[in-house]
Amino acid sequence: MTDTPLLQIENLSTHYGAVQALRSVDLTVHAGEICAVLGANGAGKTTLLRTVSGLQPAAPGSRVRVGGVDVTRSPAEDMVRHGLAHVPEGGGVIVELTVEENLRLGGLWRRDRRDRARALDEVYALFPPLAERRRRPAGTLSGGERQMLAIGRALMARPRVLLLDEPSLGLAPLVTRQIMRLLHDLRERTGLTVVLVEQNAASALSVTDHGVVLSQGAVVARGSSAELLADDRMRHAYLGF
Amino acid sequence: MNQFVSLTFEGIANGAVYAALGLSLVIVYQATRVVNFAQPALALIAAYTAHTVIRATGSYWLGFASAVAAGTLLGVLTERLLLRRVQDRSPLNAVILTLGLLLALRGLAGMVWGNLQHSFPPPMSFRDLEAVPISPEELFALASVALVAAALFVLHRFTPLGLRMRAAALRPESARLSGVRVGLVLTAGWGIASAIGALAGMLAVPPLLSPTVLDAVFVYGIAAAVLGGLDNPFGALAGGLVIGVGLSYVSGYVGSELTTLAALAILVVVLSLRPAGLFSRATVRKV
Repeated sequence: MTDTPLLQIENLSTHYGAVQALRSVDLTVHAGEICAVLGANGAGKTTLLRTVSGLQPAAPGSRVRVGGVDVTRSPAEDMVRHGLAHVPEGGGVIVELTVEENLRLGGLWRRDRRDRARALDEVYALFPPLAERRRRPAGTLSGGERQMLAIGRALMARPRVLLLDEPSLGLAPLVTRQIMRLLHDLRERTGLTVVLVEQNAASALSVTDHGVVLSQGAVVARGSSAELLADDRMRHAYLGF
Repeated sequence: MNQFVSLTFEGIANGAVYAALGLSLVIVYQATRVVNFAQPALALIAAYTAHTVIRATGSYWLGFASAVAAGTLLGVLTERLLLRRVQDRSPLNAVILTLGLLLALRGLAGMVWGNLQHSFPPPMSFRDLEAVPISPEELFALASVALVAAALFVLHRFTPLGLRMRAAALRPESARLSGVRVGLVLTAGWGIASAIGALAGMLAVPPLLSPTVLDAVFVYGIAAAVLGGLDNPFGALAGGLVIGVGLSYVSGYVGSELTTLAALAILVVVLSLRPAGLFSRATVRKV
């Protein structure tokens, strides 16, 4: 692990009109870590990711750094250029485009054409079902395949940090396990750093190193995954299992 | 029979012009859900620019190129300076803005170039050939619009810019998260649309240029776009040809005073059968 954290979130706040949706959240993720963001519906998990990636404006005094570079005020379209890829809730797959067009879109901003082609091959190797359906509209994919496509599109950018918003949403437990295993393998093989938002805390904590628990937009607990799993009070109050 | 053939070709050539105008409306509508009522005024200024350049240099093609360049620039400026300011408001604001721009630019054209008619040359001034049922001007209109449509198809389907444009139109947020600079892509779309509008203007204006010359053509262009379905470029092309040929038959067999009425009639019949237009994808999207 390096000295500078790869992703450093300090005092991050944001508002929806008069409603404060995030209250000075701090979160530090080092390279190669998988970090869980847990909490009930409406706790601010999705808002946290959207504010980090610039889709939602951060309040004054907030700070987000990627690899030491301040990206707090960077527009969302520049985030991939800073090494941060965000898979939004539901995946954000463009159903009218083909599978391959969705994937190519993810790497389009990079100048290195040869490496773009290589990244495409790697994503297909990672997700064989996508390779078989590359010319089909993304709308014809199953829920699990769409989530694969969403993650694949993010990987096309060769990100250093992957923000993943509820990949298990609406998926069967078996598919969810596959996705969790995939994140684990990716980290082992490529050193990918992941911030994983999940409502399904048990499944998330099975692959993460550490995590935070949000409630009403504020961090109410943080610790290693083992600590969070062992804290019965926390589990009952916020994680629901 | 001879009349039928020549009416058909005339209709196709006119239809190509309506199709080009329809296409320019569809490109903007697809990207921003705004019908750009200022399009004929942008094309008008482009045509006046061509008029000035042709007068000064004597070269039609230099004028043609300057019209397309002026059209592109006007489209880019309209998006950057005006439309961008209202993009987060109700779409009605944008529509009213384009209407206002239409009136302002048409007035400006009258102030700068005068409200009198100027003669305006067609692209080709050969004599019609007896054996061929289509005139060189009609052929040029048809060929240039077909070429533009084909180029647009290639751009959309096979180029990185095309992929960015489609992504930005379909799902702006996903496009931005993939690194697409959606604002720039929108500007490019307006530029391309307005260049095509300028081409349509160059084809529609001859023989006489005046501030109101494109008004009727624009009505048929809107009809073409609506007929085909505002979100489908191929619909605009087909819609333009249907309107062009239909109106040509009406004016040839029934009477030219009925053409505008016929355009409305076609519109009413088609829209009552298929409210989203002949080729709209809206119905597919609902599933």
